[in-house]
Amino acid sequence: MREPLLETLELTRRFGGLAAVKSVSIAFAPGEVHAVIGPNGAGKTTLINLLSGDLPPTSGRILFKGQEIAGRPAHSISHLGIGRSYQKTNIFLNFTTRQNCWLAAQSRLPTSFRFFSPAHRRQDVAARADKALALTGLEARAGRLAKEMSHGEQRQLEIAMMLATEPELLLLDEPMAGMGAEESERTVELIRKLAADHTVVLIEHDMDAVFKLADRLTVMVNGEVLETGTPESIRTSPAVREAYLGEEEALS
Amino acid sequence: MITLPNARTIAVLLLVLAALASVPFLGDSFYLKLATRVIVLAIFAMSLELLIGYTGLVSFGHAAYFGLAAYGLQLLSPEYDAANLLVALPASMALAALVALAVGALVVRTRGIYFIMVTLAFAQMLFYLVRDSAWFGGSDGAFIYVKPVLRIGETVLFSLDDRTGFYFFCLCCLVFTYVLLVVILRSPFGQVIMGIKENEHRMQALGYNTYRYKLASFVIAGTFAGLAGFLFAAIDGFVSPELLGWHQSGNAILMILLGGSGTLFGSLFGAIAFVGMEDIFKERAIFGPLADHWQILMGVFVIAAVLLLRRGIAGWLVTWTGRRSPSLQERDDA
Repeated sequence: MREPLLETLELTRRFGGLAAVKSVSIAFAPGEVHAVIGPNGAGKTTLINLLSGDLPPTSGRILFKGQEIAGRPAHSISHLGIGRSYQKTNIFLNFTTRQNCWLAAQSRLPTSFRFFSPAHRRQDVAARADKALALTGLEARAGRLAKEMSHGEQRQLEIAMMLATEPELLLLDEPMAGMGAEESERTVELIRKLAADHTVVLIEHDMDAVFKLADRLTVMVNGEVLETGTPESIRTSPAVREAYLGEEEALS
Repeated sequence: MITLPNARTIAVLLLVLAALASVPFLGDSFYLKLATRVIVLAIFAMSLELLIGYTGLVSFGHAAYFGLAAYGLQLLSPEYDAANLLVALPASMALAALVALAVGALVVRTRGIYFIMVTLAFAQMLFYLVRDSAWFGGSDGAFIYVKPVLRIGETVLFSLDDRTGFYFFCLCCLVFTYVLLVVILRSPFGQVIMGIKENEHRMQALGYNTYRYKLASFVIAGTFAGLAGFLFAAIDGFVSPELLGWHQSGNAILMILLGGSGTLFGSLFGAIAFVGMEDIFKERAIFGPLADHWQILMGVFVIAAVLLLRRGIAGWLVTWTGRRSPSLQERDDA
C-alpha cells in the first residue's frame, strides 16, 4: 500500500470505564474509499469524531500526511483539508440552503475578521457555495430554509456543506441514514463521483452501498478492529461472518 | 439572516426619527431630557442586541461596560474645566473595550446559563469595585461639574452643555451605531457570528475558531455600550455605581425583549417603550398611590407585552409592513 494519507496508531477513547474505541490502528490510503462497518455500538462514530477533532483521544496517535493531529481542535483539523458530515443532521436550520453552503465556503477565506465589506460580494465564496450546491443537486432548493426541506434533502445539504469547505479527505458518517431507496441510489452516485478526486472514509449501515463503493473495508466490533481487507476478503472472512454478519445472506 | 427593514419599515423608522428630531422644538426641557435618555439607552440596548440577537450570547452583565465608560468621563473631566470630547470619548470607549476584552476572554468560553451567570458575576465584581473604592467616589456617585466640549486646539466647536446640540449629537451616535452594526452584520464577520448563534458546533466543524469570533463580538458590544455610558454620564453630569449594576443590565434585556430581538432597530422601539412607560407609570395624576410602586406596573406591562407581541414591537412592525427582509440569496440577485 502507498504511504497512507491518514493513519491511526493505537487510538483509544474512553468514556468513563467504557472504551468506545480501543487501540485502533487503521491506515487510509490516498484516493481510496475506505469503509468502516460494524454493528451498532462498535465505535464507528466515535472513531470519526476522533479523526475530525470533535473529540480528543484518550491515547494513541492520528497522523495526517505524517503530521500528528490527535488532540487538535475541530476547526484546525478542518483547515488541514479534512471535511466531515454528520450522522445526525447538523445544519443551520433557520438559514437557507445557500446560506448554509455559504458559511461553509466562507470558512476557506484566510480570515473572516472582515468587518466592513459586504459578505455577499465575495465572488470566490459564492463560486464555492454554488459548486457544492450543483454537485449535490440542491440548486433548485437554494432559497429554501433548511428546516423546511425533506430529510433526504437535509442529508444532501449535510454533504454539500462539507464539500463547500473543499476538503481533500471526506469523513462521511452514515450519509444514507434514513434515506429512501431512490435517494440512497443518488447518494451512492455522488460518493462515487467524489471518490474520483477525494479520499473517503465511509461509515454506512447500508451494505449494498458499502460494497458498491468501498475499495477497502475495516470491520469494527466493540471498539476494536476485527479485520481490514478488500471487499472480497471481508465478504469471505469467517471471523467477520461469525462476529458481525452472522447468517446474513445479503452478502452472498 | 439579518432582518433589514423593508421599504415600509424604513418609512416608519424615518417617521420615528423625524419625531425624535422634532422633540427639541417642543421647547420643553423635561421631554428633551427624557428623549435624550431614550436615545442613549437605545444605543446601549442595540449594543447588547449584537450579543443576544446575533451571536447567541445572553450577557447579564452588559451594564459593566456602560458604567465604566460613564466613569471614564467622570475621571477624565478636570474638576473645574471641560474634558475634550475628542480625547474623553475614545478613551472612555477604549476603557470599556479593554475591560470587555479581559472579561470576554474568560466568559466567552462558557455557554448558556453559565455564560449568563459569569457575565453577571463579573459585572457585580466591577460594581462593588466602583462602589467601594474611594477613587471612584464611592456609593454616592460623583459629579461631572463641567460637560465635555469638542475642542480643537483652543477653539471650542461645540459643548455638550447645550441641551439641543447634545441631543442631536446623541441622535447622530444612534444612527451611526445602527448603520455600523448593520454593516458589520452584513460582512463576513457578521455571517460568522450569526452562524455561531444558530449552530456553534457546526461552525467549528467547518473550520471557524468560534472562540475568537465570539470574543470579538463581545468586545464590539462592550465598546458601543461604552459609547452609550459616556453619553449617559453627560446627560445629568452625574455617575453612580448603579450604572454598572445588574438592574441596568436587566433593563437593557427588557428593552430588547420589548423591541423584538433579531432586528437591531427593535432596540430603539424597546427603549422608547421602556422609558416612556416608566415615565407614565410614575405619573401620580394617572396612577395615584400606585405610581410610587411603578415597578409593579412595569412588570405587568412587560409580561403583557411579551405575551401579546412575541417577537416584540419590531417583529410586529415587520409583519405588519409586509414580507420579511431579503435574504442573502435575494440580495445577491439584486
